[in-house]
Amino acid sequence: MRLVPKRGRLLTPIVGLLGMAVGWIPDWVWAGGEKATNLVVVADTRRVSGIMKYFANLYNTNTLLFAVWAVVLTVLFGALLGLLMDWLMSRTGIDLKTRKIIEH
Amino acid sequence: MEWLYLYMPIAGVTIFWPGLVLIGFSVGVIGGFFGMGGAWMVTPGLNILGFPMAFAIGTDMAHIAGKSMISTIRHSKFGNVDYKLGLIMVLGTFIGIEVGAQLVMYLERLGKVESTVRWIYVGFLALIGTMVFYDYYKATRKKRMGVVEGEKGAEGITWYKTLHRIKIPPVVHFKTAGFTCSVWLPITVSFMTGLLAGFLGIGGGLLRMPALVYLIGCPTHIAVGTDLFEVMISGLYGAFTYSMKGRIELVAVFVMLTGAAVGAQIGTVATKYAKGYGIRIAFGICVVACMVSIILKEFGFSSLSAAIILVTIGLMSAYITVIMIKGAAQELREKKALARSLAKAA
Repeated sequence: MRLVPKRGRLLTPIVGLLGMAVGWIPDWVWAGGEKATNLVVVADTRRVSGIMKYFANLYNTNTLLFAVWAVVLTVLFGALLGLLMDWLMSRTGIDLKTRKIIEH
Repeated sequence: MEWLYLYMPIAGVTIFWPGLVLIGFSVGVIGGFFGMGGAWMVTPGLNILGFPMAFAIGTDMAHIAGKSMISTIRHSKFGNVDYKLGLIMVLGTFIGIEVGAQLVMYLERLGKVESTVRWIYVGFLALIGTMVFYDYYKATRKKRMGVVEGEKGAEGITWYKTLHRIKIPPVVHFKTAGFTCSVWLPITVSFMTGLLAGFLGIGGGLLRMPALVYLIGCPTHIAVGTDLFEVMISGLYGAFTYSMKGRIELVAVFVMLTGAAVGAQIGTVATKYAKGYGIRIAFGICVVACMVSIILKEFGFSSLSAAIILVTIGLMSAYITVIMIKGAAQELREKKALARSLAKAA
């Protein structure tokens, strides 16, 4: 009788699952999107409303203002999330202000 | 399961949004740890989700800018960002990117360059990978032999020491990074990395991070923080130019940023518990994975190429998350033990 090491027995299903995931996930998520050939150059404002409609309209009519909004909103959202996460992390009790630089 | 799909009004496609959050999270972890934007990971990921390539790059740029901002805030608090060095390098990077982009356009007019550019990219990645592993090998050998050089301990590649000796005025001291050199050194290095980034059509973090360590002489942690600061600025510039060209999907940017906000914290805090050479080796593995994926793509194995990137992202972000959790748990245990012993003594 051949003895299979414990780690080997555990590793086989993990590797198998990983392999399945690699082959299966891309197809699964791909199903959600349309092919690049269906590229819409003009934003379709018929399927959206409210603020989304405003930005879709802006994209179609005023590119410069849209670009400014894109940068400003990215900065604001990034800063907001950064500060929010900063506050949340400070609740964990970890020292977030000092660190030692150890190269080795 | 319709709620799992979100309509993108500008790109005109319906996207599996948890996939966007996951990409944002994973790249946030990896980017915060290595100090790079991670466009090479995001763009194929977005493409797999069904994003048209034309929108994938612009969306990626804006997401990288926001994500790097979150990471820079955290790195800055650790004292990992040398703003003076970062601002000087931004100058060289921008000029370099512009020259590199013009060079590609000129070569495009002469004929097909896509494949050539890709092979040059592979060549540079091979060079960086070799450099990182050779540096580690040399440093480990020196350490075993008991050779210790200055504050940084045993080092493998020390090209920066030779470059620091070139004192063309003005000579500047970088307090956070802890070295003095001619201002032309960071300008030249950033110009060269910017030129390559513009020529190769990449963000440049993959080239700039090792350049900061090996050519400029930054400690690994400060190279990571300073590079992220630069990625943030170049990402915002990229977001603006791509928006002007109408190649950005704002909804996707915000969805990805929510995942990146969490991931960036994990990646950044993990640097606190990682040794410099640990970061360098993991970075080297990412470089090799990126190189292999490009080679596979060049030979027509696009699915396998994307799979390699996905597996690398998954494994690397899991590895970094484990470093962060283990380190934080250890720190909290030590804090509790200290509080207990203080209470007993009182």
